[in-house]
Amino acid sequence: MNAIQSLGRATLNWLETFGYSTLFLFASMFGRPRFKNVWTLLSTQFYSVGVLSLVIILCSGFFVGMVLGLQGYTTLTKFGASQAIGQLVALSLVRELGPVVGALLFAGRAGSALTAEIALMKTTEQLDSLRMLGVDPLRRVIAPRLWAGFIILPILVLIFNAVAIFGGYLVAVEWLNVDAGAFWGNMQASVDFSDDIVNGIIKSIVFGLLVTWIAVFQGYTAVPTAEGIGFATTRTVVYSSLVILGADFVLTAVMFGGV
Amino acid sequence: MLNRRMIEVTVGFLMLLGIVSFVVLAFQVSGLRTVYSSEKGYQVTAYFDNIGGLKTKARVTVAGVSVGKVMSIQLDPKTYQAKVVLFLDSDLVVPDDSAASILTAGLLGDNYISLEPGAEETSLKNGDIIQETHSAMILERLIGQFLFNKDK
Repeated sequence: MNAIQSLGRATLNWLETFGYSTLFLFASMFGRPRFKNVWTLLSTQFYSVGVLSLVIILCSGFFVGMVLGLQGYTTLTKFGASQAIGQLVALSLVRELGPVVGALLFAGRAGSALTAEIALMKTTEQLDSLRMLGVDPLRRVIAPRLWAGFIILPILVLIFNAVAIFGGYLVAVEWLNVDAGAFWGNMQASVDFSDDIVNGIIKSIVFGLLVTWIAVFQGYTAVPTAEGIGFATTRTVVYSSLVILGADFVLTAVMFGGV
Repeated sequence: MLNRRMIEVTVGFLMLLGIVSFVVLAFQVSGLRTVYSSEKGYQVTAYFDNIGGLKTKARVTVAGVSVGKVMSIQLDPKTYQAKVVLFLDSDLVVPDDSAASILTAGLLGDNYISLEPGAEETSLKNGDIIQETHSAMILERLIGQFLFNKDK
C-alpha cells in the first residue's frame, strides 16, 4: 500500500511540476512586454546565448563534419561507393546530427549558463527585489532569455550544418580526392529542401524551445542556496540532453518514419 | 559589460552568418529545384507492367538530364498495371511517341525513368498517356531466364 501511495505521490508531484512549468512557459512567453527597451533586453540575450555559443558550435561542427567524411569514406570505399559520400554527410547532418549535436552543445553551453544566472539572481534575491519594484520578473528576466534561446538555436544549427558540410567537403574532396562534382551532385540529388532541410529546422526549433524552457524553469525554481544552484545547473544539462534525444526519436518517427 | 554597439554588431554578424548558412543549405546542399519546379510543369501518365523499385519523387530524365519527377504510383485495378504519373518541367517539349523506360542508376542505385524522344511532330501535353513503355529490369528474372536458356 505504501508503495502505491508513494507512486501516486510521485505522479501527482510530477504533474504539479509539469503543470506549473507549462503555466510558467505561457506566462513568460506570451505576457505582453511592458518595457520600452524590449529590443535591448533581447539583443543582450542574443549576445550571451548566441554569440558566445558560436565558437563551440563552429569548432564542433567543423570536426563532426570532418570525422563524418573520414568515417563515411572508409566504409563506403569497401562497397566502391565513395561517390555517395556527399549525400551521406549531408543527409546525416541535416536530418539528425546538426539539430541533435547542436542542441546538446547548446544545452551545455547556453542552457547551463542561463540556469546558473537565474538561480543566482534568485539566491541573491534580485528577482524578489524586482517584484518589490512592481516589475514582473517573468517578463523582465525570463521572457527575453526564453525567446532568445528559442530563436537562436535554429540559427546556430544552420551554421553548424553549413560548417560541418564544409568540413566533410574538405576531407572528402581536398584530402581523399573524391570528385567534387560527384560530391555536390549526389548531395543535391538526394537532399530535398522541404523534406530534409525544413524538417531539420523544425527539429531545431523544437529543441530550442525545450532546452531554454528547461533551463529557465530550473533556474527559476532552484533552491536558493549555493548547493541548489549546482543541482539546478546539473539538472538542466541532464534533463535537456534526455529530452532532446527522446524528442528527436519522436520527431524522426513522425517526419521520416512513414517513408 | 560590453557596450551596446559591440553587442549589436556581434548579434548582427551572427544573424548574417545564419542567413548565409541557410542560403548555402538551400541552394548548394539541397539544390532547391523541387520547390520551384513543382509550380510550373505538366503531368503525363505511363503504364508499366512492372516498376521494380521505383519510388515517388524518382528522377525523370532525357539523355541523363533531370527533367522532372515521379508524382504518384498506383495500381490500375483493371489491367493490373502500374499507373505512374510523371511531372515534367514546362519548358520540356517531347514528341508524343516518346518511350518511357525504368532504369537503375548504377548496379545498386535507385530506379529512375528515362524518356527516349520519338519522331512525331505533335508533342506531349498535360494529361497525355505515354504509349510505349519498358518495364524495370528485375535482376532475379534475368538470372532465371539466363539459367533457363543455358539448359537448352
